[in-house]
This record gives sequence, structure tokens and C-alpha cells, in this order.
Amino acid sequence: MRITCPLCGERDRREFNVKGAALDRPGEGADQDAWHTYVNLRQNPAGVLAELWYHEMGCGSWLTVTRNTVTHEILKVELASQTEMGGAA
Amino acid sequence: MRIAGQGRVSGAKTVNFTFNGRHLMGLEGDTLASALLANDIHLVGRSFKYHRPRGILTAGSEEPNALVTLGQGGQQDPNIRATTQELYEGLEARSQNCWPSVEHDVLAVNNLAAPFFGAGFYYKTFMWPAAFWEKLYEPMIRRAAGLGALSGQADTDCYEKAFAFCDLLVVGSGPAGLMAALTAGRAGADVLLLEEDSQLGGRLLVEQEEIDGKPASVWLQRALAELQALDSVRLMKRTAVTGAYDQGTYGALERVGHHEMRRHSLKGSHRPRECFWRIAAKHCILAAGAIERPVAFRNNDRPGVMMASAVRAYLNRWGVAPGERVTLFANNDDAHRTARDLVQAGVHLAAVVDSRHDAPDSDFYTVMRGAQVCDTSGGKRLESITVRSVRGEEKIQTDCLAMSGGWNPSVHLTCHLNARPVWRREVLAFVPAAGAVPGMQAVGACNGTFSTQGALNEGAMAADVVLDALGLQRAEAAVPVAEDSPYQIAPLWAVPGKGRAWLDFQNDVTVKDVTQAATENFSSVEHMKRYTTQGMATDQGKNSNVAALAVLADVTGRSIPETGTTTFRPPFVPVSIGAMGAGAVDHGFKPQRFLTSHGASEERGASHLEVGLWYRAAYFPKPGETNWRQSCDREAMWVRRAVGICDVSTLGKIDIQGPDAAKLLDFVYTNTFSTLKQGRVRYGLMLREDGFVMDDGTCARLGESHYVMTTTTAAAGEVMAHLEFVAQVLRPEWDVRFTSVTEHWAQFAIAGPKSRDLLSSLLDEPIDNSSWPFMACGEVSVMGIKGRLFRISFSGEEAYELALPADYGDSLFRTLLARAETLGGGAYGMEALNVLRIEKGFITHAEINGTVTAHDLGLARMLSKKKDFIGKAMAHRPGLMDADRMQMIGLKPTGAVKELSAGAHLFSPEDPIERVHDQGYVTSVGFSPELGHMIALGFLKRGSARIGDEIRLVDHMRGIDTLCEVVEPVFYDPEGERTRG
Amino acid sequence: MRFSGWRVLKEGLTGNKGWGPHWRDPEPKREYDVVIIGGGGHGLATAYYLAAEHGITNIAVLEKGYLGGGNVGRNTTIVRANYYLPGNSEFYSHSLRLWEGLEQELNYNAMMSQRGILNLYHNDGQRDAAVRRGNSIINQGDDAELLDREGVRKLAPYLNFDNNRFPIMGALLQRRAGTARHDAVAWGFARGADMRGVDLIQNCEVTGIDIEGGKVTGVQTARGPIRAKKVALAAAGRSGQVAAMAGLTLPIESHVLQAFVSEGVKPLIDQVITFAEGHLYISQSDKGGLVFGSYLDFYSSYAARGNLPMVEHTMETCVAMVPAVSKARLLRSWGGIMDMTPDGSPIIDHAPIEGLYLNCGWCYGGFKATPGSGNAYAHLIATDRPHGAATRFKLDRFRTGYGLMDEEGTGAQHNLH
Repeated sequence: MRITCPLCGERDRREFNVKGAALDRPGEGADQDAWHTYVNLRQNPAGVLAELWYHEMGCGSWLTVTRNTVTHEILKVELASQTEMGGAA
Repeated sequence: MRIAGQGRVSGAKTVNFTFNGRHLMGLEGDTLASALLANDIHLVGRSFKYHRPRGILTAGSEEPNALVTLGQGGQQDPNIRATTQELYEGLEARSQNCWPSVEHDVLAVNNLAAPFFGAGFYYKTFMWPAAFWEKLYEPMIRRAAGLGALSGQADTDCYEKAFAFCDLLVVGSGPAGLMAALTAGRAGADVLLLEEDSQLGGRLLVEQEEIDGKPASVWLQRALAELQALDSVRLMKRTAVTGAYDQGTYGALERVGHHEMRRHSLKGSHRPRECFWRIAAKHCILAAGAIERPVAFRNNDRPGVMMASAVRAYLNRWGVAPGERVTLFANNDDAHRTARDLVQAGVHLAAVVDSRHDAPDSDFYTVMRGAQVCDTSGGKRLESITVRSVRGEEKIQTDCLAMSGGWNPSVHLTCHLNARPVWRREVLAFVPAAGAVPGMQAVGACNGTFSTQGALNEGAMAADVVLDALGLQRAEAAVPVAEDSPYQIAPLWAVPGKGRAWLDFQNDVTVKDVTQAATENFSSVEHMKRYTTQGMATDQGKNSNVAALAVLADVTGRSIPETGTTTFRPPFVPVSIGAMGAGAVDHGFKPQRFLTSHGASEERGASHLEVGLWYRAAYFPKPGETNWRQSCDREAMWVRRAVGICDVSTLGKIDIQGPDAAKLLDFVYTNTFSTLKQGRVRYGLMLREDGFVMDDGTCARLGESHYVMTTTTAAAGEVMAHLEFVAQVLRPEWDVRFTSVTEHWAQFAIAGPKSRDLLSSLLDEPIDNSSWPFMACGEVSVMGIKGRLFRISFSGEEAYELALPADYGDSLFRTLLARAETLGGGAYGMEALNVLRIEKGFITHAEINGTVTAHDLGLARMLSKKKDFIGKAMAHRPGLMDADRMQMIGLKPTGAVKELSAGAHLFSPEDPIERVHDQGYVTSVGFSPELGHMIALGFLKRGSARIGDEIRLVDHMRGIDTLCEVVEPVFYDPEGERTRG
Repeated sequence: MRFSGWRVLKEGLTGNKGWGPHWRDPEPKREYDVVIIGGGGHGLATAYYLAAEHGITNIAVLEKGYLGGGNVGRNTTIVRANYYLPGNSEFYSHSLRLWEGLEQELNYNAMMSQRGILNLYHNDGQRDAAVRRGNSIINQGDDAELLDREGVRKLAPYLNFDNNRFPIMGALLQRRAGTARHDAVAWGFARGADMRGVDLIQNCEVTGIDIEGGKVTGVQTARGPIRAKKVALAAAGRSGQVAAMAGLTLPIESHVLQAFVSEGVKPLIDQVITFAEGHLYISQSDKGGLVFGSYLDFYSSYAARGNLPMVEHTMETCVAMVPAVSKARLLRSWGGIMDMTPDGSPIIDHAPIEGLYLNCGWCYGGFKATPGSGNAYAHLIATDRPHGAATRFKLDRFRTGYGLMDEEGTGAQHNLH
């Protein structure tokens, strides 16, 4: 598996760690439901998913990697700092 | 039997080897299999279940029968395919899965019991009486398990791993692969061509045919010479591609040293036995060829029954005739080449049996058309076959039967990403699905294109596609002219009749087994496989799967494509665990991290503990001390009474800078850091987003927008990733940056009532309690070297941590020790550190075990109510705030047994010792020399409300059962006066 | 037909002509009392126990592929009851007891082999954690022993004790743990359920769950609609998709876990060995293959296959800890799809829709849970009350924070358990 880091170029999967779905964090004062949804619940699609990866052995960027969870095709890689997070994915 | 003048090894040097102790001779260029056949040895092994005699079936890595063991001791190598093992001087091979010998194998008795050992028989028996399974039945079965044996010793060979990158990976060096590599290479593409065999050429090495009007070998030599001359082309022999993975990644195994005698057993003193390659390829052309498939008929498993293409290979490449009276049985034209080549080489051809009524004629031999081989006889070697035709049955004397049921394209790699192959009726075979693996094109025989001309054409065309994608210009060159006969075949999977007809030769799966599985409703191909073990042998069904599913299709009344295949999984050829695990042997599994004080600690006889990949000194024994406790007690008392020195550099140190540094720290810590004054340190607590405690540590403010955070040793990496996550993902608009400086600074704790004296003597400017109060920090200088000083304490004494750039760590440690010793103190290790912090109730990851909250730790006051922070919302879930949770407490022994133990569980004294009454557990214990007894920290249900209660501590593992008093988790100086000096 | 040695003997002598189907292939009826979605180990076991213990036999098990084709057919076959947190402790204890009588119960040899499991430890901290775990196991009423180095050496002399990045200090041993023949477990439950009248329907993918007025009424399938009073989900790996048909979002991420088998070699490894630093678990099958695995690939996946980094990591753990297997050859690797939950522990509970039941989130632990899960789930479906050994597998624990069972202590990050 290879991921093209926007800063470093195409790199082996070993350089990265994956956290999980890229989600929009509830704002201050959000209710427990919103937090439960963010922390615990997952849409878990069999298909396209935006995921957060950390280029730990590279530039240290957090990346939003849009992948197909069935084919493992990588559709898009962006810096997470420049990505709008989706809802519960 | 070797035929003089025949084959590509003709005239080569002789090579001495042994097989089952017999001294034999072969030729350079032989495989073990060709050399055995040259010596007229056919019985090589035994089958798995019935221990039937097994000979050599194939000439490739798909060999299911001729598996042998090489080497001794740490080099003992089981399950080596004789068909791919290159011969070398002194090679010693022996048969396996037989006792006492391959000739006389006691377990051949299983063959007699075959009627009771049918498909899945073990699921139906061995159940009574129940206790006998583990005691009798299973040990019996287990004794018979396995093929070859591992030595039980550590492997003494060495292995390597490597990465490779290319524009185009070509898998296979037959005509299709070579043509692809030539076409791409000529255009300047970066080509990597891998060939499993020891020689490049694929089927061109073993077939008699012409290219451009000359023997194929002429074209082959020219093609190889041209490829070798191209700078952008790399050719690798003995390298099998084992798997296709995502984004153009491939695994490959190079057999670097299998073809030579290993004279050294010392690791690192010779080249590796194998190298496992990880290849990143923009494009891949799969030219993996095809594997000829057997026909199932009664007793088709005898030594001497071989694949027709293998017979041809032994004849044409190695000059070996595998028999004196050879017969052929086929359902396709291609196999007739074997007959032709045998006749041309002067080998006696006893009969050619073709199941097709319209099989082609030959000028050189008679073809028995519409006939089938329905039985064989012979024991350890084929003696005769029985042929059935319209004229009835006829016995023909023969010592070698070449059989062919057609070809199965090697679609394996195209299926590794879950694609299923597609049935192509014209060639009676599964071929790769289009687009099965992104970036991969299958060409030639593995694509169901069996003629040489077709292979050359497809290789060139596929390379054109790659060149287009790479934006490279194709050099003008014509595709050579070669054999282009159509592939003629008629279905023939199993010859009807009584008796056992083998499908899977190694696992002893017969047509009957498949039929019986279907009868028992194991009619899905996966059920059949799993019930009969069909295709689960070391060849993974390469030889047998298609025929088996054809039989299954037949008995279940479905078509072959409806029945479908089982899943093709990596690796394509088995790969040693040693090769894929290269580098991890001995100490290589994880990095070893050494402190700058390591050398000085070792000189002082310290033993080391492993913490977060670091080695930290556990204690520093003095002469006369006979156990670690004496050292530990002494070191702890040094800190309490004088001064101790401890290397604390392993704690994570993160440098945080930027205008929004304070804001970020307020967000990641539960307590506030924006209010921290410059030159001051504060203890901080960090939660995970789910509200549980992640880590704790101190954070020092060195400037308006400059902090340095310490983390626990274990969580340093996790916290760093977390900070980056928060800054980049949650708060990208904030201007703050992090750098891990853990290894930049050597940092030492100087702890004890004389710590200030020591420091004042060392620092270029002495310090006092008012200039450096508790929790102060700042720059200092030591003999002109700039460093940092933090007045923080993990021992409860007045203490400092002094950090200098790591280059000075060793000398600083030695200097500190020398000065501490003059003050009646010295070095202390992790054991003493642990006792000191338990006395103070300070927590480590023994307590922060991922399931505790700030409330549980008695740190609820640190959860700021004034600001938002990570984990705040989820920490307020009712289940995390519940008073019934376990809270941290201290324990003092009160019973007769004064021992406490970590991992023990806590019970109310009146309750039975059962899980439902479990009240808590002990996390940390130590002997307090200050208090003269053991002390412990632990978690107890409603613990903070039970101070003063008696509790029973039970450790079944260590046999400890005692009573304790629940106390506040601070055993020493609860007011903290000593810390403040 | 009852299976026995005598039967095998008799059939062997008479040409093996008397064997019949292990189960029928019935056409689905239009209505059932209970429809179970998923014909894997848990679904089949649930059907079996509903029939055998609760007298409910008007059941259909709907399987989109072939019976036992999910994780029950693609795991590393380990059975153990060495958990340490309440909830898991009593459940896996219950499951292990069921394993111990399974062959006789099912009249099917699932080859449950109590070879023992050794969880190695390498430092004081790991030892103390092993002690805490061992004490939990004993307090639960199961077996555990703490071994020192020499104790481990006696059982597994081929391990790398000294020249090792993580020298072996000792191990926690559970003798009653072991392995079982995974496929046979599914087949045994299938046959047992079928014999009691349960309809096992293969190639019947569920495409919708019918809900009327907040109550489940049936399912839509590739073979037409089927009405049901109760619908029970047992579709590990696809739990999220199936639950979504009922409008539910689960606290589950799907991840691929690879597993590996080597070529057959003569018996070397007698127990199950685990090496926590690399998350390795390895045993040797009765056929001689080394069966092993380690971590998830860590990224979300439904592909049932993995990538090289975790393959290599797993091999590295082998050569580091068990260097005697270095020359064994990896024969086959594959992947299963794990339901990963925020605390690493499963869910057996009512769904918030009447008549709909959830059994999911088994993380790494589904195989060993098979009989216990089926037994407890059947109890819940039949009585609408949780089984005594599975009272804590509640769906709402993630919301409330009560009763989380985070054995790894890694928190609500699904892929870290």
C-alpha cells in the first residue's frame, strides 16, 4: 500500500499511522449525543471513506486520505489542516 | 537416464551429491529432480495421508510430490522442492514424512485403512469417550502430522529484505515477458524483470521450436544479450513474485544462496540465503506462464506418472529421459510435442493415448484416439498402464507415463486483490479478469494465449500500453515470427471407473472424496475444499484445483464457471518466515535505545530495565549487597537523607513554540497553562477524547510563546502524535509548532536534601531557594555549557532536573555522581525511583492504565471548569463520574503476612474470593525503607470513602493472602514540606 | 444420522454409500418465528441453541454466501478464557465450558484441543499485568498459572529465551485453553440446527429489514421477502451495513485482520504461544501447519485481504520469539473482517427497535466466543432477557460510560483494541 503525501510524494504505508474516520469534532457545549456520535459511532461505509492518517515517519503531517474500503483504491490525499471534515463517517 | 548429447547441460561439470545417503552424480545446471531422474531414481517421497509412494510430477515450483529435506541442525530445511533445488557439490537431500525409510514406510499401512479415512472422517469419530481426544486420538493424529521436520533449533542462516522501484515490473522471462521487457527497455523505461528459475527463458529453455526461422535458443541468447546491455533494465533470476498488493506493491522472494553449499553457519559472514523484496512498480506485465494439469484416473499417483510438459523439460533442458518405455496420455495437441521430442531423442515411445477421437496423427508414432488410461500398476515405480478404448482394455508396459489434461494459466497474482478469474471455454481454463489488479496486464500463457507467437505479440502490445502511459516513444522493431498453432483441447478431467483416482497428490484427495463431499452437501467449492482438504497442500491446488472443481461441477450438475474457484491467496510460492522476518532475529525486532549514562551505569554494575524501548538502570549494587532490595533501600535512603542522581532523559520532551502555544496547552491539558508564569513549571493532566486519562507530566514555560512539555516515557510517541493531531486537525488556525527534543537533552534528577548544595557547587552561578523555588525553571550554565534547570520532584524531596545537550550527558552524569558521592549519596535506579514515588502516591502508567479517570486518580480538581479541553465532554458521562467506580488508594499490610503484590485483587474480608465480590486490584508495590514495611497503590471500589477500612489482598498467582489497611495514597510527607525545601 | 467410530467403520466396509447430507438446502418459507441474518459461527450457534435449549425451531438462518464462510472459517482457531474484566470474564468462562462439551453436545468432532496457552511476559510491568489477569481468571473459577522462565522453557524449549530483544521472563499459562477445528465448529452447529428443523438458507443475501410502527416484521432477501417475528443480526464484518438497513448506526469500524498458515511441518509447537510486544499468537494445527497472526492492518477495510507491512511484521515477531520456525514457509495468508468497537468488547443486546437483536463487535475475539455467543444470544432472543453470562454486553455502555470493558486500555479508538 502506498500513499502520496502532498508534501513528501509517494511513500510506503510503513511511514504512516492511521487513526480512523475523519470526522467533524463537536463544538464546545455540544450535547452528549453529538459526542457519542463523534467518539463512538461510525458510518463505516463499504465504499468511499475519508480517513485520518499521520505521516509519522515522514513530514509529521496529518492527512485526510479518501479511500475505498472495499478495493483499497486511494482517491485523494490532502493535508488534514486544509480539509473540511465530514459528518459521522 | 541421461541421453548423451541431449539437453542444455550436456557436457557440464559433474556434481557429487547424496540422496538418502546414496552417493550420486549429476551435472552442473541440474536440479535435484533432474539429477535423481538421471540416476533413475523415481521414488522420492510419500504422500501426506496414505503414505503412498511419490515420484517427481513436475519440473517447477508447483511440485506437490518430490519434497525433500536438506541440511542439518540450524540449517535443516524441510519441504524443499526437488524440482527447483539447484544441484551443488556436496548437496545432501533426504526424503521426509516416512519412517524408517522412503522405501519401507510403516505408515503406508494407512493406505489399507483408506476406506475408513474418507473425506471428513475425523469429524464423525474420535468423540467417545470424551477424554480420549486429548489423551489418545489427537496425539496419534498429531504424530502423523506435517511433512518435513524443523530442527527445533534457531535458524543459523541469515536473510535480508530490500526495496525496489521501477516503471515496469515484468513477471516471467518466457517469450511474452522477454518481448515486453525488450519493447519497454528499448524505449528507455525503467524495467525490472523477475524470473523464478535459475535461468532466463521460461518455456524457451525446454521446448524445441523456432523463432525467426532459427532455433529459439538463438533468439533467446540475442534477446538476453540486448536486455543486459540496456542500462534501464534489471534482470533478476531465482526471484519469484509472491504477491500483489495495493497501489502497485509486489512481494518477491530471491533465492540468493540456495544453489550453493553453505560453509559458514555464522550469521553475517556470508551472503544471505534469501532476500525478500518489496517492489513498488508503476506498471506490471504478468507473464507468469501456465501450469499443466493432471488427469484423474485410477492409480494415477504412482512414481513414473509425470506431467507431459515436465517429461519434455527433463528431456530438452537436462537431457534426461524419465523412462525407457514412455507413454503419453493427453486431451490436447500441445502434449504431443512430448511424443515428438522423445522420438527425436531416440527414447522408446510405448504408446500415445489421446482421449479425443479427432486427435492429430503423427508420422513418427501411432495415436490411440478416443482412448483413456484407466488404471496403472506398479509399486514404487510405474510398471504398466491400462488403456481403455472401443477395442476394450489393454495393458501396456511402461515405466513413465506423461500425462496432460491441458494448461491452467497462472492467474494467481491477478486474483490477489480479490478479483475472480473468468472461465474461457475455448481453452477450457480460467483466465485473468480484465483490470483485476490496477496497473497489471497479463500476457501470454497466463492470459490463456498459448502459442509462442501469441505470447510475443501480447508482450509487445502490453509494453506499448505501458510506454504510452509513461510518455515514452516506442523504438521501431518487428515482433519476431514464431510457432502459432491454435490450442486444441477437449474436456477430460477424470476418467470414469472404480478405484481411487487422485486429484490432490500430496493430500491424497481423490475423485471419490469430492463426490462424497457433494453427497454430504459440501457442494459449495469452498465447502468441498475445506471438507476434503483438496488444494490445501503445499502447492495450494496449483496442480489439482481446476480438475477438482470440474469434478464437483459434474456431480452437482453445475457448470464450471457456476461452481467457481476457491480464492487465490498470497504467496504464489511459499516463502520462508525467516526471509519475510529478516532483521528481527536476536535483538533486531525493535530498536534499542541507550541513555548517555548507559556506559557509566554499566561500569557501576547496574542491571537494566526495559522501558519504552529504553534501557534504564534498575539499581547500582555496592560490594557486599547480595540482592537488589539492599541496593534499592540504600538508594532510596540516599535520596531521603542526602542526594541521589537518576537519569530521567527517557521522559518525552516536546518543545512547543508559537503565538498560540498557550492556547493549545489549555486545550490539551485539563488544567490551565496560559496563566503559568514564564520561568515556572506546572504539573498537567491530559485526557483522551473519550474522557479517560492519557498521560501526565510537567510543562515548563520558557518564554511568552515557548513551552517544553514532558511526557511519560511510555507515552512520548502517542502524546507527540496527539499534539500534532490537535494542532493540525482540530485547530489548524492556531499558530503553534512541536518538535520532539527527547534525545536532544540529557536530563538528570538531582534529588534529596543536599541537592541544592550539589547544584550550587556545579552550576556556574549558585542557586538558592528564593531564586529557584519549587516549580521554577530556567537557563543555567555548567562549566560554560548552557542547559536548563527545573525544580521539580518525583520523589517528594527537594529535587531538580538538570538538562544539558546530550553530547555532555556522559560527563555530566559522571560529574554529578562524583559530587553526590562526596555528599553521602550517589546514583539511584528505577527500583528506588519507584519506591520513592509510591511513598508519595505519584502515578505512572501502572496506574494510568487507560481505564482510569481523573476522578479515579483523585485528580478531579485538575479538570478545569472554566475552559474547554480535550476529553471534557466524555469525561462527564455518568459512568465515568459514578461514585461506585474504583478509586486510587494506598495499602499498608496489617495481617500476619506482610507481603503485598502488584496484580493482587482486593476483597472485603467477609466476602468469598469470587469474581462477583472483587473490589479492586493492586497496581504498584514497594518496600519503604523509610517506613519499614511494604506499601502499595491500587484501585478500590468507592476507595476514597473507605480510608481506614480493612481489606483482604489475594494473589493466587504468587500465593499471597493477607489483610491490609486502606490508606490515603500518600505515605510520606503528605503536606509536601520537604519538596519545598 | 448419528456419527460415531462404529458408523465410520461400517460405512468404510460397505463402500461409504450411506452418508447423507449434513444439512438440507430448503427453500425459504414465507414466515419464521426468528430470522437470523448471517450463517457464520455465531448465527449457526444461535440457531442451534434456540432449537436445542429453547424449543424454538421455526427459524431461518440467512447466509449470503456459504455456511461458515465468514470469520469462523478464516481465523487462527484459538479458544481461551483468560480475560480479566467483568463482563468478559464470565462470558468467556461460560463459552469455554460450552467448548469443553461441544463434541458430545453436537455429535460432531470439532477437535477442541486443550493444548494450553502461554502468554509470555518480558518485564516486571507485564508480569504484574499477567498476575492481575491470572487472579481474575482464578476468581472467575477458571484456570491460570504463572510460570517463570524455567517453567516456560520446560513447555516450549524452542523459544528464544536469551538472545532476544525482549528476553522471556515468564508466562501466564491457561491449560484449558487451546484450539479447535474452525470449519467443523460451524458445520457441527449447522448440522445440529438443521436436525432440529432450522432452515439454513445459503446464497440468500438480506437486502432490507422491514419495520412497521417501530417493530420489526421481516426481511427482504435476494430470494424474496421473509416475514419474521424476531430478526437477529449475526453478521460480523458487515454488522454496520446490516444495521443500517434498520436505520441504525453502530459503534463499529470494520477492519481487516490477516492470518497465516505455513506449510505442514512435524509437530514442534505444542501450546498456543502469544507474544504481546508484537501481538503474535501462534499454534500448530493437527495437520502440521503453523497457524498465526498478529495485529490488524489498522485501516478500515472490507477487502478480506491485507498488505505487506503487517505480513512482514508478523513474520518478524515469529523469528524474534520463535526462531525455530524461521525455515517454515508461509503457505497462505488471508484476511477476515473484524467488527471493532470503542472498547474492544462485543455487543449482545436488544436493538432500539422492537423485535430486532444485535450480536456484533467481536473484535479479535469472535471465534472463541462462538458457543457462548450463540448460547447467550439465543437466551436473549427467546426470553428477551440477557443471559447471566452476558449481562454487560450492552449497546448503550458507550453512551453512558457504564461498564466499558477496555482490556487493552487503549480507549475509544476502534482500531487499537
